[in-house]
Amino acid sequence: MSTGNAMVTVLAFVLALVIGGVLIAAVDPDVTKAAGYFFSRPGDLLSAAWSAVASAYAALFRGAVFDYQADTFALAIRPLTETMTTATPLIIASLGVAVAFRAGLFNIGAQGQVILGAIVSGYIGFTYHLPAGVAVLLALLGGIAGGALWGGIAGVLKARTGAHEVIVTIMLNYVATNLLAWLLTTKAFIGTNGEPKSITVLPHAQLPLLFGSQFRVTWGFVIAILASVAVWWLMSRSRLGFQLRAVGSNPAASRTAGISVQRMTIYVMLISGALAGLAGAVQLLGTSKYITDGIAGTIGFDAITVALLGRSKPLGIFFAGLLYGGLSAGGRFMEVVTGTPIDIVLVLQALVVLFVAAPALVRTIFRIPAPSGELKGAAA
Amino acid sequence: MKLELRGITKRFGPLVANDHIDLVIEPGQIHALLGENGAGKSTLMNVLFGLYEPDEGEIAIDDAVAKFSGPADALAAGIGMVHQHFMLVPVFTVAESVMLGHESTRRGGLLDLDAARAKVRELSDRFGFDVNPDAVIEDLPVGVQQRVEIIKAMARDARVLILDEPTAVLTPQETDELIEIMRQLREAGTSIVFITHKLREVRAVADVITVIRHGKVVGTAEPSAPETELAAMMVGRAVSLELDKAPAEPGDVALEVQDLLVLDPTGARVVDDVSFEVRAGEILAVAGVQGNGQSELVEALLGLETPLRGSVRLGGEELVGLSVRQVLDKGVGFVPEDRSHDGLVGEFSVAENLVLDLLFDERYRRGLSVDLAAVQANATARIEEYDIRTRGPAQPAGRLSGGNQQKVVVARELSRPLKLFVASQPTRGVDVGSIEFLHRRIVSERDVGTAVLIVSTELDEVSALADRIAVMYRGRVVGVVPGDTPRDVLGLMMAGVPLDDAQRQAAENPTTETLLEEGEAP
Amino acid sequence: MSTVVEKPAPTPAPVPAPAAQSVSVRPSLRIPIILGVLALVALAVFGFGAKSGVDSTFGLSLRADAVQLSPLVVASRPTAIVLGVLCVAIAAFAFWQAVKHRRTPAWLLAVFGVLWVFAFLVWAVAGKATSLVDLLQGSLLLAVPLAFGAFGGVLCERAGVVNIAIEGQLLVGAFAAAVVASVTGNVYAGLLAAPVAGWLLGLLLALFTVKYAVNQIIVGVVLNVLAVGLTSFLFSAVLKPNAATLNTPPLMKPIGIPLLEKIPLLGPVLFDQTVIVYAMYVAVVVLTVLLFRTRWGLRVRAVGEHPEAADTVGIDVNRTRWRNVLAGSATAGFGGAFLTIGYVGQFGQEMSGGRGYIALAAMILGRWTPIGSLGAALLFGFATKLASALSVLGTPVPSQFMLMLPYVLTIFAVAGFVGRVRAPAASGVPYLKG
Repeated sequence: MSTGNAMVTVLAFVLALVIGGVLIAAVDPDVTKAAGYFFSRPGDLLSAAWSAVASAYAALFRGAVFDYQADTFALAIRPLTETMTTATPLIIASLGVAVAFRAGLFNIGAQGQVILGAIVSGYIGFTYHLPAGVAVLLALLGGIAGGALWGGIAGVLKARTGAHEVIVTIMLNYVATNLLAWLLTTKAFIGTNGEPKSITVLPHAQLPLLFGSQFRVTWGFVIAILASVAVWWLMSRSRLGFQLRAVGSNPAASRTAGISVQRMTIYVMLISGALAGLAGAVQLLGTSKYITDGIAGTIGFDAITVALLGRSKPLGIFFAGLLYGGLSAGGRFMEVVTGTPIDIVLVLQALVVLFVAAPALVRTIFRIPAPSGELKGAAA
Repeated sequence: MKLELRGITKRFGPLVANDHIDLVIEPGQIHALLGENGAGKSTLMNVLFGLYEPDEGEIAIDDAVAKFSGPADALAAGIGMVHQHFMLVPVFTVAESVMLGHESTRRGGLLDLDAARAKVRELSDRFGFDVNPDAVIEDLPVGVQQRVEIIKAMARDARVLILDEPTAVLTPQETDELIEIMRQLREAGTSIVFITHKLREVRAVADVITVIRHGKVVGTAEPSAPETELAAMMVGRAVSLELDKAPAEPGDVALEVQDLLVLDPTGARVVDDVSFEVRAGEILAVAGVQGNGQSELVEALLGLETPLRGSVRLGGEELVGLSVRQVLDKGVGFVPEDRSHDGLVGEFSVAENLVLDLLFDERYRRGLSVDLAAVQANATARIEEYDIRTRGPAQPAGRLSGGNQQKVVVARELSRPLKLFVASQPTRGVDVGSIEFLHRRIVSERDVGTAVLIVSTELDEVSALADRIAVMYRGRVVGVVPGDTPRDVLGLMMAGVPLDDAQRQAAENPTTETLLEEGEAP
Repeated sequence: MSTVVEKPAPTPAPVPAPAAQSVSVRPSLRIPIILGVLALVALAVFGFGAKSGVDSTFGLSLRADAVQLSPLVVASRPTAIVLGVLCVAIAAFAFWQAVKHRRTPAWLLAVFGVLWVFAFLVWAVAGKATSLVDLLQGSLLLAVPLAFGAFGGVLCERAGVVNIAIEGQLLVGAFAAAVVASVTGNVYAGLLAAPVAGWLLGLLLALFTVKYAVNQIIVGVVLNVLAVGLTSFLFSAVLKPNAATLNTPPLMKPIGIPLLEKIPLLGPVLFDQTVIVYAMYVAVVVLTVLLFRTRWGLRVRAVGEHPEAADTVGIDVNRTRWRNVLAGSATAGFGGAFLTIGYVGQFGQEMSGGRGYIALAAMILGRWTPIGSLGAALLFGFATKLASALSVLGTPVPSQFMLMLPYVLTIFAVAGFVGRVRAPAASGVPYLKG
């Protein structure tokens, strides 16, 4: 079963690259020009399209993994470390989304939770002068608490009133966005800055670099690895995880077995939000250092797709996060080198997830027979 | 209209639900399709109704082959169906429900609700139904909903009406009324396919009986055939419906329920001042037609539902107000009535399901973790002890057959020392072999001194297991009677008649069921 | 035949039906309590909190209007206090009604809302002036994309498919309208292109949710990403370099409706608008009639509430869902046109800016009905317009909090604090048969 899954994932990625390639070629000026005289020299069109796509994807690879044209080894592997940097908050937030998924809840609100995490950790980070180890630890904990609070609201409302978590978390995203916008007008956050940009986090509260000053990778990456292991233990080994999964799979039977569905709902959203909040803290304390209204970027939304791509399993998410990080890092590089807009990366990401979510479609496209019993078995 | 099924075969993956079934329904006949739960009756009717496409075989109407690609074709051919789970939109009115799918419209394409209302009134009057066309479905009692379903079929001029387990939700008296309706329809020329697993009803009303077992037609029978013969055909071997059990040796009162009152969300009393007690070492069966408060009673005992007032004491300790977890910890074992919904997590392995409510048991905990080795060892032992047919402890429980799923639930609940064992519909949808096994396990749990409370809608099961019987009707306990109370008296009590009246009326005015038992088939 | 049914003699006398009688349940005081708290806020904060000795001025006409009305000037503090007292009175009435197990009529709640908002306005505008016409007109315009998005949501969800992709549909609609209107130089060509773009996105939504039964929320979220990616990519790669030919659409011009536009205050607000606004008026009526009065609507609602039941009377569930998803997506796409050719003109990256999610909220708050959706969209439009008006005036409430209002209201709504909301029962559940 898992080999089938892996193949579908690979094929989904291939399909996405093909469609992305068509788009890249379609807007390329050389291709457009060659299309003008397609009937006299059709070969020109193909070669122009090929070179447009090939150079774009080559740049994507160079920006994401290994720049084989770089002068020094450090510069050559720098893209990989950029990928790790970009992937770090994605992996952590995505773990949060996945915990909720496994418990049968859709946390569409990772974005808001990331923002809250950044707000609280930032406030601690630039307000309190604390000793080295304590400052960063406290700021991280603050981020966790901020995210947990935001997730917890949705959890409590779901548990107490049955309010659908999808709607509540979507709405909380926008409440968080506006809250941040307001905070970035207050003196406590921006100090003497004339623009909506917070005070920079004090050095003691920043996450230390992992591989020295040549690379931007911080200890946040280690935190992402630790978080992955912790979530694995939580979901596969712990009693709490057993109950969370039971509630996710069959709430009625869980209730009958003495598991409090309401309490689990609250726990799940607290944990899920906490992880997203940690992601916001790591992004702020490690990478951005100060808060702007774009602090969360699209981490919270990407986390959803990463969780889907990683099939909500920690190891899968770790690699899916790296893949996404790579696409983003590579996309920035590609935009500079070949002028292909980075937004093509969003298209690729969306397509991969769509195809992964519909294995039957991928099988139809590649004419692979369905594994026996998958479709019919469900009916029986 | 003569309807013929020729060599119908329907498979779901490896499971053959229907295996070359041949069936002829003659015009103006009540044709009973008798079979156990899971024998393939409903699948066959879904094929006939166009909901499933058969893998092999064909349907013929008046000797011409008909091809149904969906219910629309079946309806157009004059086939109507009343499904076991009613196919009514809860927020629609009766008129909207009846017109849905063949709506008449006025100018401008607007719905002609008046025409629908008139149609409902006409059919309602013709069969004496008394159904208000403007009533909203979700406010109607199940019996009335069933009548709406029949009106729905008749409004489309159905000439063959399929009734899928129509009596499951009815009292014996309502069943009698339905039987009369069926006869009326037959007089009017409608053919009826009557799907059931209840022998008495079949013998009361059927013209022809076809028996299905494991997806195959195993034979036909006359309505006059003795009940034991029909039962034997249905289950495949001669069965004794009786269970050999020693008389109970009741000890002290274990469970004491007093003035328990449970309201549903609309404020109606679903459990209405119920009081009874169960002693250690005895089986009390709660009998009643489905939906008379038994489910809510059990849920209140377990802490799944909060009673408005009243008390539930186990060994003198109050259970009301405790969480489900705490109630289970007091030594209560519980088998819910819908096992796949409430008893098992289908995606979880058999091993995980066998400890679903035992996670906090010392045997399976190791710090904050689950002791996977202990879980595995427990699974191996329980599978062996209960003869659970599985491909191994790691198989998802949802893939097991009904009987084996129920064994998993019962095995789990009986795998720890209990003071009270509560089982709702312990053998619903379970094959006969497993029924005997489960019944024996329940009796042996009683014999070690556990108080046992069984809730069942099957009188056969109630009679086989019970030491005493509490009959519930509309949330009340109509009476508590000895385990050997005659079926006819129980039937009347299930319709709300108090014990004394029931005994008198049963003597003066025997029901179909009694008549059949006495051999006076109509 | 000696059968049961003929039994003439003693009908069994069942015990009196106890199920019918209901025990007195504690009255639900939720609504009165909410009203009470709000009323006290109105009285204490807006009333007694208002500056004394100043006036609040509300403009009632725009300079271009045919009929000029003199501005409404009220003494801030006394007016706000009176409005607050009225609010308290209504809350007290609602409380009394609840104790007597009667429901407070909806129109009274609406009156309460209007009074409360006016109390707020009087307080916020104390000592200053604002234009009521501008406020109302702005609210209406801001509500247009929300309303169409919500209508699109209603069409999908009534058939049992959750449409989270409204955001993406608005965006592709805005994009297509801008490009086509620029290329053809004709706004109406753009107006036609927008629903086509929404329809195409709907094709994907239906393909994945109906045919492949992928989780509808996942597909919606991902389609939004896809829409952002596609439009941004094309914007950067094609529109930006060729802005003059591809991204300079003409704007729709308001068309006054004779006579109606002359009505004081309401005329200019409601009846001197662009075609797309009139389309909104028409859509709400047409959709309401279609959904609740026609065969099509009955069938759609059956499919969304109980697809098995619909199937058993011969309704093709998945075909109905396909059609509705496509129609709903096209409707949302049509609304997207307003963002470009109806309002701003040029297309900009991610210009839908979360309006699709507010539209979703409007649909929920409007209880899955077209009229309710329009009402909620207008409310949200008003909140947004008010936020910008107040930020200009520099009143005590930060505009960000006003902008939060739609979201907070929706959270309250789904949490059941403001009445029960009930989604179509089968919404979000794929329909699979054996």
